Amino acid sequence: MSYVAIKGGGRAIAGAAAVTEYLRTAEGLDNDRAEPLEIDAILHQLRHLVDRVVSEGGVYHPKFAALAIKQSLGDTLEAAFALRAWRSTRPRLSATPPLDTTRMRLIRRISSAFKEIPGGQMLGPTPDYALRLLRLELMDESPDAFRAVARAWLDNCPDARLPDSFPKVLDALRAEGLLPPVTAARHQTAFDITREPLVFPLPRSAALATMARAETGSLLAIAYSNMRGYGDVHPTVAELRVGYLPVLLPHPVTGELTEAGEVLITECEVVAMYEAEENGGKPMFTIGYGACFGHNEVKAISMAILDRALQKGMQDGAANPSEDPEFVLLHVDGVDSMGFASHYKMPHYVTFQSDLDRLRTTQQKSGEPA
Amino acid sequence: MNAMSHVQSGNAYNFGFLDEYAKKEVRRAILKAIAIPGYQVPYASREMPMGRGFGTGGLQLTLSLIGPDEVAKVIDQGSDDSVNAVNLRQFIEMTCPGISTTTKTAECTLIQSRHRIPEQPLTSMQIIVLQVPYPDPLVVVEPSEDKRKTMHSEADYSRLLVKLYEDIVKFDEITISHRYPTRINGHYVIDPSPIPRWDVPKLNDSAAVILFGAGREKKIYAVPPHTKAEPLAFSDVPFQVEDFRDEKGRRRACARCGCTDAFLDEFVADSGGKTWQCSDSDWCDAQLLPAKRLQGEPA
Amino acid sequence: MNKILEVRNLGKIYGPGCPQCIESTGPDADTNLCPHCGSVVAIHDVSFDLFEGEILGVMGESGSGKSTVVKALYFDQPPSSGAAIFYDRDKQYELFALNAAQQRWLRNHRFGMVYQNPHLGLNFNISAGGNIAERLLMSDLMDYGAIRERAKALLARTEVLLSRVDDLPKNFSGGMQQRVQIAKALATQPPLLFLDEVTTGLDLSVQARILDLILEIQQELKTAMIVVTHDLGVIRLLAGRAIVMKYGRVIEAGLTDQILEDPQHAYTQRLVASAL
Repeated sequence: MSYVAIKGGGRAIAGAAAVTEYLRTAEGLDNDRAEPLEIDAILHQLRHLVDRVVSEGGVYHPKFAALAIKQSLGDTLEAAFALRAWRSTRPRLSATPPLDTTRMRLIRRISSAFKEIPGGQMLGPTPDYALRLLRLELMDESPDAFRAVARAWLDNCPDARLPDSFPKVLDALRAEGLLPPVTAARHQTAFDITREPLVFPLPRSAALATMARAETGSLLAIAYSNMRGYGDVHPTVAELRVGYLPVLLPHPVTGELTEAGEVLITECEVVAMYEAEENGGKPMFTIGYGACFGHNEVKAISMAILDRALQKGMQDGAANPSEDPEFVLLHVDGVDSMGFASHYKMPHYVTFQSDLDRLRTTQQKSGEPA
Repeated sequence: MNAMSHVQSGNAYNFGFLDEYAKKEVRRAILKAIAIPGYQVPYASREMPMGRGFGTGGLQLTLSLIGPDEVAKVIDQGSDDSVNAVNLRQFIEMTCPGISTTTKTAECTLIQSRHRIPEQPLTSMQIIVLQVPYPDPLVVVEPSEDKRKTMHSEADYSRLLVKLYEDIVKFDEITISHRYPTRINGHYVIDPSPIPRWDVPKLNDSAAVILFGAGREKKIYAVPPHTKAEPLAFSDVPFQVEDFRDEKGRRRACARCGCTDAFLDEFVADSGGKTWQCSDSDWCDAQLLPAKRLQGEPA
Repeated sequence: MNKILEVRNLGKIYGPGCPQCIESTGPDADTNLCPHCGSVVAIHDVSFDLFEGEILGVMGESGSGKSTVVKALYFDQPPSSGAAIFYDRDKQYELFALNAAQQRWLRNHRFGMVYQNPHLGLNFNISAGGNIAERLLMSDLMDYGAIRERAKALLARTEVLLSRVDDLPKNFSGGMQQRVQIAKALATQPPLLFLDEVTTGLDLSVQARILDLILEIQQELKTAMIVVTHDLGVIRLLAGRAIVMKYGRVIEAGLTDQILEDPQHAYTQRLVASAL
């Protein structure tokens, strides 16, 4: 009789890793042309997967995100997790000042509030109006045809010069007095959720940071509850923009702000129903803000709606789950939630033994057969 | 337990995996936890390369405390050889070159454990780090963390005690099996992690430092050495540990080492009958040694 | 007689408040809503004394601020201004200068509260006995048998059937829920009890029995009480002295008989006349 069933744990773990690795490479067994997935191919052809992983992993490192996707066989929760764990080993060397998103190099920009907006609407890459029909011609795409598509698109692209910066739709509303003016709070130091624990009540910047690296599906589900009726934000998308945001860092020697690179982000500003101002001021629209790494519009919109809902909850008390900061912010992190769901697979022999002891004793006392 | 801050050559990771700022923050939280026994100190828990719930909280404490001269022991369900314990130990060995590991409770300086405290009494030279899934015992009566914080600060545990009262009314017994709420130093009530009730008395007046790390919930708390730890109970319905007596009222013995004073795991044997064995594998081995010597077998 | 409570210039304003709040509200202004800043002046300048074993009635219609007074004294909602001193045996407590833990201690040990809405006073997820046990456990009684005996004795005293000690309050009638609330409030034998519209919404026969119970308790235990009600009948039966409130201000105070026989303020006169 063996001592315990879990003996040989070390070998079992090694075996599990080996068989997973076998699955990753098994294509090569009977296909001589099988090749490992190139990191570049993941970066370009599975870009939305990379976008999700940099966003949920909380580090803008598309290459490592692609690597994480490769090694996790495409599991986004696992990939974001690996990136997040890598992040834990990096010190924080510097912080950027608040970056001005009017300076984004845009690839897409829309407003559902106005037909015409200053700077113009720009549909850009979106599946919004595409017919979701399976494109069977991609089943067996030839490398030559594949390369020709991109070249043809570039050749036919008109040589339009886009301006360096686009005004914000919100600024127009603000100038008209329909939105409250920007308060000084915006310029305070942002809460760093990677360095400080969340202790409620939280400043808004902590809530925004938590949602910016939240798991897309979790954020969407809670925001959707608000849209459907467990809440009343009733948002209008004032502006949704996708593009490359220049990252400015203080120069290590001169201290002067210097562009260190750019990150692809999605930003969404929603305008929600107006409220009477507290001190007898005139009623104004309220706003919700969402932004995340990568091109992920559903996440940015969900975040903007929840930002508005949480601000309301912090002010008037939560009337539904999406307005409760603890409920929302403690349940949207993918690394936390997937880890805890997985941990139930671990042995719980000792606690179960303890449960058995209590149940047997209780059954005996109540006279039922043990 | 000074931490080394150099990066090992050929190793992409810092000694102890975490960057030094993170370790310092964890150590500050530990000091605060020791200074306020039983108080849950919030900290910015880092993501570790294993799942939340697999011991990331405990691991951050271990990695923040460990130095090159440390002898570490990792157990899960009382066993050094369970999958998760092996995994954590390998990770510690990989990221902390130079440290030693052992399975012997008596030889280690730092123990990371899930769900058990070793049977062998710990000494003042040892630290035990327990992995915690739910740090707050009040969560069963109050979902809001904000309100729970106030209740803790005022030592307002009446709603928890009412649960015990209602238990006795309904079942004539306190039905809490593990994670037994325990009052530390006369004020804060802690969730002592999912250790069985059997292990709860070991918290009281312990010679070793007992630390608790909840990674997902981002809290650290402690029972400092020689501190009072009292499981919640009524004066006339006392706290009870697990009962390992058979139908005739005799204490069951471990089927392997024969000891009658350890927490036992229950198995359904291949024959269909039940057997009991020590949950603490090192303890079981240690009991076996003298027995073997007596029988003239090589140890 | 010894004074047990001294309340001076109690005030509570909901909203930002402005310098004109006070002069723009009250019975003369016929509102408690400040027209300048939109704040609600729930109570202003409320003062009274309460003596050992005495029942003081606080009377007024809804919006008069009568419930705000007891909510402030029971620490449910802190007042905006004013002071209150609680004289307890040889100690005295400046109520609003205490910290949260001290306030909670007084609430649990020395005060009792019975709300109009039993959901506020009782935990509907635990048994009637458990509700009483909770209050006893707050005062560090840790003997299960003793807690159980005391809970049963209190329920017997408030005429709740002992066979129902382990039932959930949600399965009780409204009158029975109020009896459990009273038993819970009395669990620690507090010298001071607040009763906020305790019989409102109950059948007349049930009302009468609960009012009798309150009177008996006062005579047995010499508990001082503040009874908040809009019902002149309740005041007449229970309270030796009363204050009448309108739009947050005390407009009349004195012996109950005197107020009812010879009301001075026009509002009280109308109130008494309409009740006849």
